[in-house]
Amino acid sequence: MTRDDKPETPIEDLTPEVGAATDVAPLGRAEPKPAHELTAAEDSQPVDWSRVTQMPEFRAMVRAKLRFIIPAVIVFVVYYFALPVLVGYAPGLMSKRVIGAVNIAYLFALSQFFMAWIIAALYLRAAAKFDKMEHAVIEKAESELGSQRGNKK
Amino acid sequence: MTMALAMFLFFVGITLLITYWAARRTSGASAFFAANRQIKGWQNGFAVAGDYMSAASFLGIAGIIAFQGYDGFMYSVGWLVAYLTVLLIVAEPLRNAGKYTMADVLAYRLNARPVRAMASLSTITVSIFYMIAQMVGAGALVALLLKNSGISYRTAVIGVGVLMIVYVVFGGMLATTWVQIIKAMLLMGGTILLSILVLAHFGFSFTNFFNAIGHVVYHDKGVEVVKDFLQPGLRFKPPYGALDLISLGMALIFGTAGLPHILVRFYTVPDAKTARISVVWAMGLIGTFYILTTFLGFGAATIVGRDKIATSGGTNMSAPLLAQSLGGDFFFAFIAAIAFATILAVVAGLTISASTSFAHDFYTNVIHRGTERKPGEEVRVARVTAFVVGAVAMAIAILLGPNANVAFLVALAFAVAASANLPVIVLSLFWKRFTTRGAVCGLGTGLVASILLIIIGPSIMGIDAPGATAAAHLIQSRPIFPLENPGILSIPLGFVGAILGTLLAREPAAAAKYDELLVRASTGIGAEKANGL
Repeated sequence: MTRDDKPETPIEDLTPEVGAATDVAPLGRAEPKPAHELTAAEDSQPVDWSRVTQMPEFRAMVRAKLRFIIPAVIVFVVYYFALPVLVGYAPGLMSKRVIGAVNIAYLFALSQFFMAWIIAALYLRAAAKFDKMEHAVIEKAESELGSQRGNKK
Repeated sequence: MTMALAMFLFFVGITLLITYWAARRTSGASAFFAANRQIKGWQNGFAVAGDYMSAASFLGIAGIIAFQGYDGFMYSVGWLVAYLTVLLIVAEPLRNAGKYTMADVLAYRLNARPVRAMASLSTITVSIFYMIAQMVGAGALVALLLKNSGISYRTAVIGVGVLMIVYVVFGGMLATTWVQIIKAMLLMGGTILLSILVLAHFGFSFTNFFNAIGHVVYHDKGVEVVKDFLQPGLRFKPPYGALDLISLGMALIFGTAGLPHILVRFYTVPDAKTARISVVWAMGLIGTFYILTTFLGFGAATIVGRDKIATSGGTNMSAPLLAQSLGGDFFFAFIAAIAFATILAVVAGLTISASTSFAHDFYTNVIHRGTERKPGEEVRVARVTAFVVGAVAMAIAILLGPNANVAFLVALAFAVAASANLPVIVLSLFWKRFTTRGAVCGLGTGLVASILLIIIGPSIMGIDAPGATAAAHLIQSRPIFPLENPGILSIPLGFVGAILGTLLAREPAAAAKYDELLVRASTGIGAEKANGL
C-alpha cells in the first residue's frame, strides 16, 4: 500500500476555518493530515526500499560487507580444500615429520581450526564496524521517513 | 551397566523438569517455534553446538580415529570450518528477513506456495533421514552399552521417540533449546575430562603421546601390524579416496548452512547481532570438541587398542571403552549416559524443525495461503506433526533393525542440505534476477540428484563379501557412482538447476521485491522482534 494514489497537490482546503485539528472529514487541506487522523493503511508507512538502496550510506555498507566477506570466503575455501587435495595427491610431502612423530599432515589439519577461529574473530571485529554503518543507515532512513510523513514525496 | 541407566534416567528427569517449566512459558506461535526470540547469544551457541554434535561426532569420529588414525582426524576438520559459511553468509540475513523457517527467506520475494512446498519437502526429508540415523544409532548403542539390563533395541528406540515427542509437543522450542544447552555442556565436560585423563596417562607429555601414536600395534587377520597412526591413507585410499573426501568436504562446507535444524536456531535470538555472536560461541565449542577428538580417538587407539575395541563392540565403542580403562565403570557409565543424552537432544531438535516447517510452510502457507483459520492453529498443527514425525521415525528405525547401515543417511542429509537448500538460499539473497522457477528447479534438482547419487553409489550398491551380515548392501551389483558422498556432483547440479530455471523466464515481481529483501536482510529493518514474557 503506497501513498502514490493520492493527488500530487491537494486541492484547496475547503474545511471551514473553525475546523479543529481533530476534524475527521477533511474536504481537502493544505496541511497533511495530523497523525491521529491517518487511517491504518495510510499510517503503515511502508519503507521506500528502493530509496534506501540508493542511499550512499547503504551502498557503502553493502560494499564494506562484501569487501570483507568475499575474500574471507575465498581464503577459507581454498585453505580448507588444500588439505584433502594435498593429502590425497601429495601424501609423501604431507607425511614428512616435523617434531617427533608429528608430521605436516597433522599440523596442517590442526591449523584449520585456528584458521577458522581467526577468520571468525576478524569477522567479529569487522562486523562491529558494519553495525555502526547499519545504525547510520537506519537512522537516516527513519528521519527521511519522518519527513515523508510531513510532505509526501 | 545399571549405573549408566541410572545416570541417563537422571538426565531424563532433569530434561522433563525443563519441559514442564518451558510448557508453562510457552503460549503462542513465536514462543512455540522460536522460544520468544529471547535466547541469549552464548545459550544459542551451546544449543547450536548441541544440535550439531550428534552421537555420530562423539562416538563415530572417536571410532574412526581409533581405527583409521589421521584420516579420521582430517575427517573432523570440515565440521568446524563449515561454520564459517554459516557465520559469513547465512546467519544474519536469515535472522533479519525470516520468521520461523528457512523458507521464509526464500518465499520473501518469490511466489510463496511452490517455493514453500519444495522447501518444506526438502526440510522434512533432511530431518527424517537424519533422525532415522540417530534413532538406529540410539537403539544399537543401548544394545551395546546395556547388554545385561534387559532393554532391547526396540524399547530403546521407542523410549527415545516418546521423550523427543514430549519435549517438542509440550515444551516447544524453549524446552528443546535448553535440552540442547545442557547436553552440550555435558558433552564438552565429558570430552575435556576424558582428554585430561588421556594426557595424564602419558604423564602429561605430548612427546610421549605422539610417540605412542607413531607406533600403534594391532592385529590384522592374525598378523601383528605396527602403524604410524599420524600417516594419512588408512581410510581414504586411491583411486577415489581423495575425491570422496573432497566431496564430503563440499557437503559439509555448503550443507551445514542449509541444515534446517541449525537454521531455525537463529530465529530464537533477539536480533542478527546475537545470531552472529551465537555462531562464534558455537565455533569455539565445536572447534574445541573436534581438536579434543585427537585425545579421544588416538587415546583409544593407543591405550585401549584396536584389537580390544574390535572384540568388545566395534568402532562406536572406542570412546566409552577408553573411559572405562581410564576411569573405571563409573566413568564408563557417565560417558555412555552422555552419548544417550546427545542422541535424545539431537532428535528433539530435528523433530521441532520438521514440524515447524510442515506447520508454518506447508499447512499455513501452502494449503491455507498464509492465514490461520483459527488462532493457534499453526502451533496445534506443529504439535500433531511432531507426533507423526516421531512415530514415522520410530517405525522406520524399528523396521530397519540395529544392524542397518545408516551412516549414509547422515551423508544424504548433508548432501541434500548442500545441494538443494544452500544454492537457493544464496541465490535468493544475492541474485536480483532469481525467480520462483529457479528456486523450485534448484530445490528439486538438488534433492533428486543427492538421493539418486546415493542410491547408485557404494553405500547402497555393492557386492557383499560372502558371510558378511552387518552393513549389507541393498542392491547387489557394482556401484555406478564411485563416491559415497555425492556433494561434488550434486551441489553443482543444484546450482545449475537453480540458475537454468531462472534464466528460462523473467519474473519482474521477484526482481522488484529484491531491494526490499536486500535492505531488510542487511539492516534488520522490520525484523521479527523478541517478545516480552
